[in-house]
Amino acid sequence: MSMTTSTRSVLDIRDLQVHFPVNRGVLFIKNKGAVKAVDGVNLSIAPGETVGLVGESGSGKTTVGRAIIGLVKPTGGVIEFEGNNVLEMNSAALRQFRRQVGVVFQDPYGSLNPRMTAERIISEPLVAHHLFNSKQERRARVQELLEIVGLNAGMASRYPHEFSGGQRQRIGIARAIASDPTLIILDEPVSALDVSIQAQIINLLDELQDRLQIAYLFIAHDLSVVRHASDRVAVMYLGKLMEVAPRDAVYDNPLHPYTKALLSAVPVPDPEIEKKRERTILTGDIPSPTNPPSGCVFRTRCPIADEACAESIPELREVTPGQHVACLKV
Amino acid sequence: MTTQTNTENDAAASADSASTILEVKNLSTQFRTRAGLVKAVDDVSFSVKEREVLAIVGESGCGKSVTALSVMGLIPTPPGEIVGGEIMFGGKDLLQASDDEMQEIRGGQMGMIFQEPMTSLNPVMTIGKQVAEPLRIHLGLSKAAARVRAGELLSLVGLPDPLEKLDDYPHQMSGGQRQRVMIAMAMSCEPKLLIADEATTALDVTVQAQVLELLIRVAEEFGTALIIITHNLGIVARYAHRVNVMYAGKIRESGTAADVYKNPGHPYTAGLLSSVPSLMQSTSGKLQSIEGEIPDLTDLPSGCAFGPRCPYVQDRCRLEDPPLENVGDDHISACWESAQFRGTT
Repeated sequence: MSMTTSTRSVLDIRDLQVHFPVNRGVLFIKNKGAVKAVDGVNLSIAPGETVGLVGESGSGKTTVGRAIIGLVKPTGGVIEFEGNNVLEMNSAALRQFRRQVGVVFQDPYGSLNPRMTAERIISEPLVAHHLFNSKQERRARVQELLEIVGLNAGMASRYPHEFSGGQRQRIGIARAIASDPTLIILDEPVSALDVSIQAQIINLLDELQDRLQIAYLFIAHDLSVVRHASDRVAVMYLGKLMEVAPRDAVYDNPLHPYTKALLSAVPVPDPEIEKKRERTILTGDIPSPTNPPSGCVFRTRCPIADEACAESIPELREVTPGQHVACLKV
Repeated sequence: MTTQTNTENDAAASADSASTILEVKNLSTQFRTRAGLVKAVDDVSFSVKEREVLAIVGESGCGKSVTALSVMGLIPTPPGEIVGGEIMFGGKDLLQASDDEMQEIRGGQMGMIFQEPMTSLNPVMTIGKQVAEPLRIHLGLSKAAARVRAGELLSLVGLPDPLEKLDDYPHQMSGGQRQRVMIAMAMSCEPKLLIADEATTALDVTVQAQVLELLIRVAEEFGTALIIITHNLGIVARYAHRVNVMYAGKIRESGTAADVYKNPGHPYTAGLLSSVPSLMQSTSGKLQSIEGEIPDLTDLPSGCAFGPRCPYVQDRCRLEDPPLENVGDDHISACWESAQFRGTT
């Protein structure tokens, strides 16, 4: 792929691979191959930019996010943060990196410790990175953070179960921004929330980005939400990128057959539009990542695949300016 | 792969003349919880016509699932209890029916599909036996005949190698395949009414589209009316003829899907619709969200339950709960300010 590795990127991922070994047996452990959760992904994020990463379950989108923050160890490739390879950092540099990269998880119930107060949860990154020396300063910062995310400073002493789902996600966001990060990995940040609450959280993330100039990697399966939130969108399928482009190109002029099918599968909340829309219904299920198809991984469900697609793996290449597509037929 | 244009909504017109098969009148279902009495469904009335697709839409706790469970006679008692109303189905009030009669109706004339196909299927029973079970119980087929019919049903719902699948167990299938099996079971006795409660919520979007298309196709083929319970406004727009919008245990708006989406009669419906970002155009800036939180059902605000979150709220809304009133042809809404609110949208 010819995506330029500009030094202006906050994050630059090159040929990222995360393969999980599959072992069978207890005493005589045999290696039975690997699940290629992420297989050769290239992606860069500019300062203050939001890159949406979409895909269905098993596409590897979450694993990309987890690899960036070090929750899984990549088996190959480069993750460059502000010009330095995260995978080769010493512990001091890693510490600095972790201060600058925040994360918000999907489940606002599971990702907050139920035995900690909101104040302790939010001040954890402050303590870990020795950001404030006195307890008073730290407390003031927590209260400021609570207000930034739209909660009351007085709620600091409450426990997670005393908050609603939307409020819990606000606490998760406060924790993520506590150490002034330049990049936040948002892993399905609104998919567990009700529609009316979703919009509030999306607005909050938007507002924080404007105010604090944070770049987002927005991982989600909801294509409407991703369109609204993102500057550029990357579409993943079975561990590989199918298409990467500015959001209008992806949504108004999708080039990869998978992107097209994915978009047409999403019902739009407007009966008049729905009446006129053409629907492409894919057949079959997503293949198992332990045994992905040869050649193009999408070919088994692709409406335009032929023999050539089984033989060579399509490279992601720039088809129109800024629009990268991995398909032999485009 | 199949490409098709939408034809389902055209069937809405023909559904008008059809007869009513389900009529729910003033249904109220309550739960006794430690936190207090929860009026999960409060004075809900609606009807379903033959071959109609009705959607019940709303957010968590709005009462959409409890409405469905009440109709199916599946409210766990205690803590739940249907405290009032009538559910007329096939000339009978289901609330007066005995347990045996309800057994007869469930899986016979009325079917239901749930969100999680893994937990709704028996993990230690083959697919063939499970699909054959309703055939043997309700239609009295012999073991061999039921197995043959089960194979036909599995092929009808588009499972690859249906005859081999008869001897498979649920864990050998994907989520989408399991939901197809659920549809085969629910449709096995050619029910008059099928309730799908968030049936595709757990599925990926391309699989969700497959399963919904299948559901609609099979329902049309068997002449079955559908109640689709969902929080997804897109699914409602794509498949439903009519829609009931629920909030805090009550229907706040009801009408044809086309009308409700084009000209919502309730500020909550309008708020929901504008909370969803568009897939068709890029938007920037703030989404029109609904302020505040979904109310606690044990401690509902007085007057209109949506009042505290409503941008059009007036003093009257805080005192009296508005009744459902006509706001158009076959379109009702419960809002004191609907005239003013609709004038401004």
